[in-house]
Amino acid sequence: MSEHQTNPKAESALYLRTLLSLLVLTGVTVGASYIHFGSSAANVVVALTIATIKATLVALFFMHLLHDKPVNGLIAASGFLFLGLFLMFTLIDFDSRDGLQPTNLKPLMTAPAPGTAPAPGAAPAAKKE
Amino acid sequence: MSTSTVDVNPHDHGGHGDHPSDPHFQHHFTTLEQQFDTTKIGMWIFLATEVLLFGGLFVGFGMMQARYPEMFKEAHEHLQRPLGALNTVVLLFSSWTMVMGVLSARTNQKKKTVVFLIVTILCACIFLGVKYFEYSHKFEEGLLPGHYYHHIGDRIPVVNGANGYATFFSFYFMMTGLHGIHILVGIGLLAWIAFRANKGEFNSDYYTPVDLVGLYWHLVDLIWIYLFPLYYLIS
Repeated sequence: MSEHQTNPKAESALYLRTLLSLLVLTGVTVGASYIHFGSSAANVVVALTIATIKATLVALFFMHLLHDKPVNGLIAASGFLFLGLFLMFTLIDFDSRDGLQPTNLKPLMTAPAPGTAPAPGAAPAAKKE
Repeated sequence: MSTSTVDVNPHDHGGHGDHPSDPHFQHHFTTLEQQFDTTKIGMWIFLATEVLLFGGLFVGFGMMQARYPEMFKEAHEHLQRPLGALNTVVLLFSSWTMVMGVLSARTNQKKKTVVFLIVTILCACIFLGVKYFEYSHKFEEGLLPGHYYHHIGDRIPVVNGANGYATFFSFYFMMTGLHGIHILVGIGLLAWIAFRANKGEFNSDYYTPVDLVGLYWHLVDLIWIYLFPLYYLIS
């Protein structure tokens, strides 16, 4: 309905080409997993890049986003945008810690106690002077 | 609507109050085309929430992989790559049969629509069959989530209960399990659509359910596209 009318034969040829591309990329991602790209993080980036290319093919052609009303693509993109934000802030948090073990947090929380007074008490004391 | 090649509705191109005689037309919409666009937006909003539902699990998986890189690498060796690759090919093929089913419905080819939908259902069943084989293999070896994990022969010793192996299989069963539930729901939806298509309910003027189930099915495929390399191809 909202899709622009094309020749059904051309359309099914497009879908077949999409399928073949997806199958080739599946082979590529399996092959890439046997190559060492320097670090395990680099291998994850390569695998995710190929997966994203495949997902884009599915979204643009199988899910008709290429010729669909832009609002649908906008909704889809916003879902991934917020997932990206979630991932980004989680990674920043993760990188700024030594680990996720609760034991690593204990020294940080108890550190100010032996030395000076805790911060909330220090502020009024400075005012009096 | 205005682009359909076969006019089954004499009131086509009628402007306001279009398609009063179409049995699928709901009175609170201006035209059948507006009705189609509206339902499609609703479907895409649902799909966005699905992305976020799985997204949370993907982020959690990523963090745990960063915490237990060696244990995750060893744990993933228990997954069989050929079976994962087979399931990937099966799902990609089923996405193609699905999109061909939608095209057939839109071009008034009732028989082809039903055939493509049934092939899609068969692919989904093959996928679940392979998954059943994989799951039962893991149950036997004690590769289970959380504290049910009792596999013997892991190379890295578990210190202070930091068991990356159990964590890996917690995420594995949660994510592939949730994905598998989506496949099951998809089979139900596809069977319903195939049944209705067989009754001749869809044509170039009205094929909304086929289109929306198609979108759902492609999303399930899309999620597997990410699950496969992240679980089966850690290197």
